[in-house]
Amino acid sequence: MNLRGIAAIYIFEMARTGRTLMQSIVAPVLSTSLYFVVFGAAIGSRITEIEGVSYGAFIVPGLIMLTVLTQSVMNASFGIYFPRFTGTIFEILSAPISFLEIVLGYVGAAATKSIVLGLIILATSFLFVPLHIAHPVWMLVFLVLTSAAFSLLGFIIGVWADGFERLQIIPLLVITPLTFLGGTFYSTSVLSPFWQKVTLFNPLVYLISGFRWSFFEIADVHVGISLGMTIFFLVICLAVVWWIFKTGYRLKN
Amino acid sequence: MQPIISVANLSKTYASGFRALKNINLDVQPGEIFALLGPNGAGKTTLIGIICGILNASEGSVTVGGRDIVRDYRATRSMIGLVPQELFTEMFETVWATVTFSRGLFGKAANLAHTEKVLRELSLWDKKDNQIRTLSGGMKRRVLIAKALAHEPQILFLDEPTAGVDVELRKDMWEVVRQLRASGVTIILTTHYIDEAEDMADRIGVINKGEIILIENKAELMRKLGQKQMTLNLQNKLDVVPKELSAYQLSLGAGGSDLIFTYDTQVDHTSIPALLADLGRAGINFRDLQTTQRSLEDIFVGLVSQKK
Ligand SMILES: Nc1ncnc2c1ncn2[C@@H]1O[C@H](COP(=O)(O)OP(=O)(O)O)[C@@H](O)[C@H]1O
Ligand SMILES: [Mg+2]
Repeated sequence: MNLRGIAAIYIFEMARTGRTLMQSIVAPVLSTSLYFVVFGAAIGSRITEIEGVSYGAFIVPGLIMLTVLTQSVMNASFGIYFPRFTGTIFEILSAPISFLEIVLGYVGAAATKSIVLGLIILATSFLFVPLHIAHPVWMLVFLVLTSAAFSLLGFIIGVWADGFERLQIIPLLVITPLTFLGGTFYSTSVLSPFWQKVTLFNPLVYLISGFRWSFFEIADVHVGISLGMTIFFLVICLAVVWWIFKTGYRLKN
Repeated sequence: MQPIISVANLSKTYASGFRALKNINLDVQPGEIFALLGPNGAGKTTLIGIICGILNASEGSVTVGGRDIVRDYRATRSMIGLVPQELFTEMFETVWATVTFSRGLFGKAANLAHTEKVLRELSLWDKKDNQIRTLSGGMKRRVLIAKALAHEPQILFLDEPTAGVDVELRKDMWEVVRQLRASGVTIILTTHYIDEAEDMADRIGVINKGEIILIENKAELMRKLGQKQMTLNLQNKLDVVPKELSAYQLSLGAGGSDLIFTYDTQVDHTSIPALLADLGRAGINFRDLQTTQRSLEDIFVGLVSQKK
């Protein structure tokens, strides 16, 4: 195992974050605070409670997920796309380091960033709403698994993309809408039975529901299913990444 | 001696369907400087890319230090340092950070003394805290060399190291190469500057259109294919080459005051004494003579055009 190699990539990626602290940390925290103000104040004055939880508190897990998902994908995809774009990837490919180790370095760094960001947003939300976390350990488990899975997804997108537009497309056109439709700002139980069925095809419903359960013990789907789906998604992403390195797709041909 | 790099029946077809390498066979001996010479698009970078693990081969195999580059990639890649043809560098990293990164990536514990030594040899020491994007092209090339040497490789690939490089860097670079070679590092360089191969290499391989045309000891190559010319500065001008000397390949130069004899060192060993004797008999006297050897460039052009 080339631990030093993993560390080198990880440190390199974290240093990149350090240089772009404004975009990486400040901007997402600011936009989340705006959501609190706008949604919490505007909608919260009409919907006071959902299943016994104040509306302001109810949206916290969803908002954290929204940021974690988009940032994971963006960070990880940029992290691997940029060396491909500049050509510096040659060094990674010529180093005595396995695909798993490369992924650990890049995805580990992107996931770390997302987790830290998620926790910062969580801390920020304490400023706006009274919060009680029922299962902090499960909360962390969901946060870590989700960050890892979506950083892997980002890595895949970064390998697949052949331009900067493609890097932006998935977070903007897929992740963000699916998060909004996945119950960030409402419980899917308010929807008609038909639309409730449709939402079950949205994988993000499971992540948000599970994460919310760890806070308030309320969920749209059973927490076991949420956990299963999260792990399932992680495994699929791992399989795709493994295939990428096995075939050299877009990297070695 | 067991070759340090052994390439067997290697072919590469790019995704576009283009066949960039055709059944390459090549051995590189430990400690030598091997120059891979070939025009643009010959497949030099592709070949290096495969040996270093950047590209997958389509057919054939490569061993480095006796180990297969696919099965035993950790061992083989640890041995190799690569300076790429293009200036692929980070932008916002400092020189020090990027060189330290390279060493870590290759699994080596930090060694400040070695890193400092490499940076000093490449005149990068006072630039170590500068961001790479602020450096000139020549300086960036130095950074790439420093990165390649950061993990103390036993084999160094230099892909067109002097393309577009200033004289000073060229000098520094060859100095580094000489030192590395003295310390036992095997060096493979590609170039289309023939004088470089001529100056530096022990052996030369010529590649064209994805095929190795020839691999030869440099001295041997020069001897085998090298035609020599002998120029005689005559005491008295000649108008024409005398008939009795028509058996020799002679021409006149410098308005008749030079007699130029072209001969092949491989074919005839006796023609010079014979010519000199015949000149004496014909009453032609000379003041001085020089011999010049055909350069690799001529040889190379000859080979490549033959193949067409
Ligand atoms: N990614 C690629 N896809 C298709 N063809 C390529 C690719 N890279 C290089 N080639 C082609 O392969 C040939 C050999 O290229 P290269 O190895 O870079 O040559 P050299 O280094 O000798 O100049 C060239 O004709 C080049 O156009
Ligand atoms: Mg080249």
